[in-house]
Amino acid sequence: MISFTINDREVTGQEGWTILEVAKWHGIDIPTLCYHGAVEPYGACRLCVVEVDDGQQRRLVASCLHPVQEGLKVQTDSERVKNVRRWILQMMVDEHPGSQRIKELAKSYGVKESRFKSDRVEDLCILCGLCVRACDEVVGARAISLGNRGVRKEVATTHRLPSPECVACGTCLYVCPTGAMEQLFDRIRG
Amino acid sequence: MRQISTALKLDENRLASPAALAAYRESILAERDPNRPIIIVCHGTGCLATNSPKVADTLRRAIAAAGLQAQVVPEIKTTGCHGFCSRGPLVIFHPTGLFYQRVQPEDVEEIVQTTLLEGKPVERLLYVDPNTGEHIVHDHDIPFYKYQQRLVLRNIGKIDPADIRDTIAAGGYQSLAKVLAGMTPEEVIAVVETSGLRGRGGGGFLAGRKWRLAVENVRKSPGPVYVVGNGDEGDPGAFMDRTLMEGDPHAVLEGMIIGAYALGAQQGYIYVRLEYPLAVRHLSVAIEQARALGLLGQNILGTGFDFDIKINRGAGAFVCGEETALIASLEGRVGEPKTRPPYPAEKGLWNRPTIINNVETWGNVPQIIEKGADWFAGMGVPHSTGTKIFSLVGKVNNVGLVEVPMGITLGRIVEEIGGGVPGRDEFKAVQTGGPSGGCIPWELKDTPVDFDSLTRVGSMMGSGGMIVMDKRDCMVDVAKYFLEFLMDESCGKCVPCRMGLERMHAMLGEFTMGKGSLEDLDELHSLAEGIKDGSLCALGGTAPNPVLSTIRYFRDEYEAHILHKTCPGKVCRELITYAINSELCNGCTLCARECPAGAITGVKKKPHEINSSLCIKCGVCFEVCKPEAVEIL
Ligand SMILES: Cc1cc2nc3c(=O)[nH]c(=O)nc-3n(C[C@H](O)[C@H](O)[C@H](O)COP(=O)(O)O)c2cc1C
Ligand code: SF4
Ligand code: FES
Ligand code: FES
Repeated sequence: MISFTINDREVTGQEGWTILEVAKWHGIDIPTLCYHGAVEPYGACRLCVVEVDDGQQRRLVASCLHPVQEGLKVQTDSERVKNVRRWILQMMVDEHPGSQRIKELAKSYGVKESRFKSDRVEDLCILCGLCVRACDEVVGARAISLGNRGVRKEVATTHRLPSPECVACGTCLYVCPTGAMEQLFDRIRG
Repeated sequence: MRQISTALKLDENRLASPAALAAYRESILAERDPNRPIIIVCHGTGCLATNSPKVADTLRRAIAAAGLQAQVVPEIKTTGCHGFCSRGPLVIFHPTGLFYQRVQPEDVEEIVQTTLLEGKPVERLLYVDPNTGEHIVHDHDIPFYKYQQRLVLRNIGKIDPADIRDTIAAGGYQSLAKVLAGMTPEEVIAVVETSGLRGRGGGGFLAGRKWRLAVENVRKSPGPVYVVGNGDEGDPGAFMDRTLMEGDPHAVLEGMIIGAYALGAQQGYIYVRLEYPLAVRHLSVAIEQARALGLLGQNILGTGFDFDIKINRGAGAFVCGEETALIASLEGRVGEPKTRPPYPAEKGLWNRPTIINNVETWGNVPQIIEKGADWFAGMGVPHSTGTKIFSLVGKVNNVGLVEVPMGITLGRIVEEIGGGVPGRDEFKAVQTGGPSGGCIPWELKDTPVDFDSLTRVGSMMGSGGMIVMDKRDCMVDVAKYFLEFLMDESCGKCVPCRMGLERMHAMLGEFTMGKGSLEDLDELHSLAEGIKDGSLCALGGTAPNPVLSTIRYFRDEYEAHILHKTCPGKVCRELITYAINSELCNGCTLCARECPAGAITGVKKKPHEINSSLCIKCGVCFEVCKPEAVEIL
């Protein structure tokens, strides 16, 4: 058993558990977007960041991936944490104004009206990669992957053609946090 | 491939013991006439591009034709980069050190006549000190070299990297022999630990500690382990790793073989940037020759130790230099970073403990073994020992590659080695650490150049980039420039970096146009902090440095753009106008002829005028005007 603190509260977790898992166990809320218990964590959205102090250094880590450590002091809502989340959500709302889930999260972190607005309002994909991981790890079909780099990154099939591997199971629809897959699904399934 | 491996007759025997290496070295030295003059023609990437092979060829032929007497026929040697490419092609005479710059084939005849036959220097080929106007004859008197301490670079420019015998004659592989003849892996690690060697690739992690961690992890989970040399060098304008791999490939190999021995690895990889074909070639040749001599491969130096190295070409993306992305790329996956921990020393290549070090870090290892940990730790400053190679560019007289002891001040590098600023402008800042480093204002020129001091002032060591800026640089524009590079290189996996860099770039763009408010400046600052804190890998983690450091030290420039709609560096197009000073203009008409927009009018020999509604602010008139009558307002 490993004991440490979350928001000054003594907690314990098993070796190999992540901070997020222990927090959930103890009913401490940490927002997530690219995490799902059914697939390997990926660490892409960074919404789950928490501030940790290991006695040498204070820094922010992704709680969905960071293993628990004896004596670690975790803060889930420090100013630095809030600043990161506010900006992630600010940029996501500006880029994907159509997603209800993001709108709600954004509201709770004090996100403001912004002069930076996306010209592709219908685009809902936040590239969390949940569909890709679920298709690979849960279904085993590997019909989709994340292609391209940087701002051009996208969920895609090989050559952007309908995927022969797709079994139309709909798992991706289920895990997608924003509803983006509903627009993509027909193109993948063919 | 230039006259390689022919140099080494591959039927030569494999060296069967550490003692055999020493004997082999003796035999090479005995064959050589220590008094024979050597003419070195630089064959680094820079000089190759400015015609050095032609110079070497012409020299060879001219010397043959001149009928010099047998004992004075100089040997012509082609070496790696001397770091002073802006003066290339370089030709240097040994043993005197007579130094010629910008030599072209047309100069060869005079060189043979004046220098080789009459024994006098050719004045016009000498280096002229831009500050004193003095002609300098010998390389060791040129300020650019005089204040350097070349240790990692010690062989570069002296040896032919394609001939292993040259390396061995210079002492190469002696440290490997020393290790294999009588040091335990534990002793090797202890030496590297005590030396205080820190990684030269950017992070500055203690090499010895990394090795120790890897060894402990192997102990916990026995099985294969790997060593990797990171030669991806993606920073624009940086060429220290290229120079090392091209000019002294065996130093990197030897360091890695020693590391492999310490860790118990049997396989190593060198990951070389895609755009470095010459480095790949020289490393390949070096590996081939080292194998032929039994310095690499099975049963190294007859001691039963097996280790081999493969070269991998980089995937062409900046982020592939990041260690977890590099490992993914080596495994054939997409070169995208992963969250650490686990670190490579625990789960690296194929999920096995892996030591990944920068090639300059590896290049330091042989000398540390040879001369000892205390010798190394005695150089530099307490927490940054040894030397570091920098690529000094920008607004300085001498641009190039320099190796200096850690802890030397920024000002000394720029003024003594760099030879000061050209023209009449003053220094403004030095940007260190590559694209995601910070801008250090000239007021802080006494900052020691070591890992911790640079971090303290809001910049970083990075891999050793150093760009000098003067009063004609706009710091808002500089920040925007670096962000543009980083934004394009973001892998896009994590949100703060993918979206945040683009947003910062957009906000900086507004400022350069005189838009935005002071609240926006505060927002930019908090976004920068958010990206730094929130990003997955160090690309996003350090990308805000150009923004944060310029806001910290040059807030006045941001305010000038935002509040007064002026650009103090006179760079931002939206905020400047070009005008002709009628008192200085002599009516030569040059600017009117050059202006691509037809915005300049005037009569010959009478002051000209610029029509600002037509002007596209390209600045051509400013560049061409001899009496400096064009002003930027
Ligand atoms: C975006 C990015 C690019 C990097 N590029 C390089 C590189 O080109 N060469 C290098 O040696 N290290 C690079 N690094 C650092 C490596 O991740 C790693 O720290 C280094 O290879 C470790 O070796 P060292 O301890 O000897 O420096 C990069 C890091 C980041 C975040
Ligand atoms: S910080 Fe940038 S480069 Fe690193 S993982 Fe995130 S998006 Fe990719
Ligand atoms: S939930 Fe942890 S990074 Fe997305
Ligand atoms: S290539 Fe000749 S000095 Fe750099």
